[in-house]
Amino acid sequence: MEKRTKITVRDLNLYYGENHALKDVNMNIRENCVTAFIGPSGCGKSTFLKTLNRMNDLVDGVRITGEVKLDDEDIYAEGVDTTVLRKRIGMVFQQPNPFPMSIYDNIAYGPRVHGMKDKSKLDAIVEESLRGAAIFDEVKDRLKKSALGLSGGQQQRICIARALAVQPEVLLMDEPTSALDPISTSKIEELMEDLKKKYTVVVVTHNMQQAVRVSDDTAFFLVGEMVEFGDTKTIFSYPKDKRTEDYITGRFG
Amino acid sequence: MRSKFDEQLRLLNQEMMYMGTMIEDSIQKAIEALIAQNAQLAEKIMNSDSDVDHEQKKIENICFNLLMQQQPVARDLRVISAAMKMVTDMERIGDHAADISEITIMLSKEPYVLNLDDIKKMASETVIMLIRSIEAYVEKDMNKAQEVIRHDDIVDDLFDKNKADIIELIRHDPEKGEQAADMLMVAKYFERIGDHATNIAEWVIFALNDKKEIKES
Repeated sequence: MEKRTKITVRDLNLYYGENHALKDVNMNIRENCVTAFIGPSGCGKSTFLKTLNRMNDLVDGVRITGEVKLDDEDIYAEGVDTTVLRKRIGMVFQQPNPFPMSIYDNIAYGPRVHGMKDKSKLDAIVEESLRGAAIFDEVKDRLKKSALGLSGGQQQRICIARALAVQPEVLLMDEPTSALDPISTSKIEELMEDLKKKYTVVVVTHNMQQAVRVSDDTAFFLVGEMVEFGDTKTIFSYPKDKRTEDYITGRFG
Repeated sequence: MRSKFDEQLRLLNQEMMYMGTMIEDSIQKAIEALIAQNAQLAEKIMNSDSDVDHEQKKIENICFNLLMQQQPVARDLRVISAAMKMVTDMERIGDHAADISEITIMLSKEPYVLNLDDIKKMASETVIMLIRSIEAYVEKDMNKAQEVIRHDDIVDDLFDKNKADIIELIRHDPEKGEQAADMLMVAKYFERIGDHATNIAEWVIFALNDKKEIKES
């Protein structure tokens, strides 16, 4: 069945001062799919990821033109509350960054910020989020212990659980496994498969095989340009653009 | 890493060429032995079939290791998977050269009851197809591969003509039926060799092209 578009990007340009970092990017990100962004360092893929929940607003000297729509809402329209936006579009970073507090408080943090006080409801959200991030069984007996005592892979899943706790619609993941060992990586990859049933997942990765394994769609970026975007299987077996072919087969970079 | 990979792909190409030369040699010698009723040469061809099988295994191993070590994508993936499929067809061609040689040995003591000109023609046409299909792979030449596929019609027509002649011969002289049936087998083996060369060419197109064009054979 054809999936509907969750995020629509039209003629997006981004400038860091004089530097034209994203050039006329157009893309439809499908709902309940994993979309992977690949490309060499500095190609703009992480910058682009951050435009999807306005994380670049925090960077000095950034100018953005064009349109990014979540469902039918322009996220760059005047009056958009970025806190609400980032609740709807959560993010997980390369380095696991749990807060220096207990596992429970890490997960309850978001809901509490958004005004949730009911202890039993919070308990339910914490459990559900930890289950959603496939880590509940590993931490259920130590919820009051510090999240910093967990392994890197577990910390990353805590961060995913923390993102899920505010019930987002989209999950952005910026190289979520590049700091993890292969076992933790494979857990996160399996998790992505599960997550896309409920959420729309967008992942930046340097690991080509990971893009092949986990994503439905792949976009290839090169010096700020989105060179090719399409079905992952097609991109990795019959890339249309020679630059895509050269990159994925390791002929440059 | 890419330079090592390129080196491994060059090695794969070399082995494919080598296996191509082996089976080309087998077919050439098989027809030579058939015409000259040379049982000794035919015996040699049958024995050398195990070398072809060995080479097939060697190439499959190279491909397997490349898949494991390089996790290829795009054209690299297509080239390596095509090689794995192609060696199966190449090995079958080797088998058919041995099959033909087996018949040569059986018939080596009796005079032939029919003219072998058309079978000779089939042999030379299939050798051309085989050589060009391997060249198409090594030279990454799409046109050459398509030419091989078209060339198969010539071999098919020759087979049909041969078959009609053999049926005619049996009708007129049922005594010659047994040998005529063996010759029909030989013609069929060459026709199959043509089909395998066509398959090889189709895999070349798959490796080079954006779309796989496989016809049932």
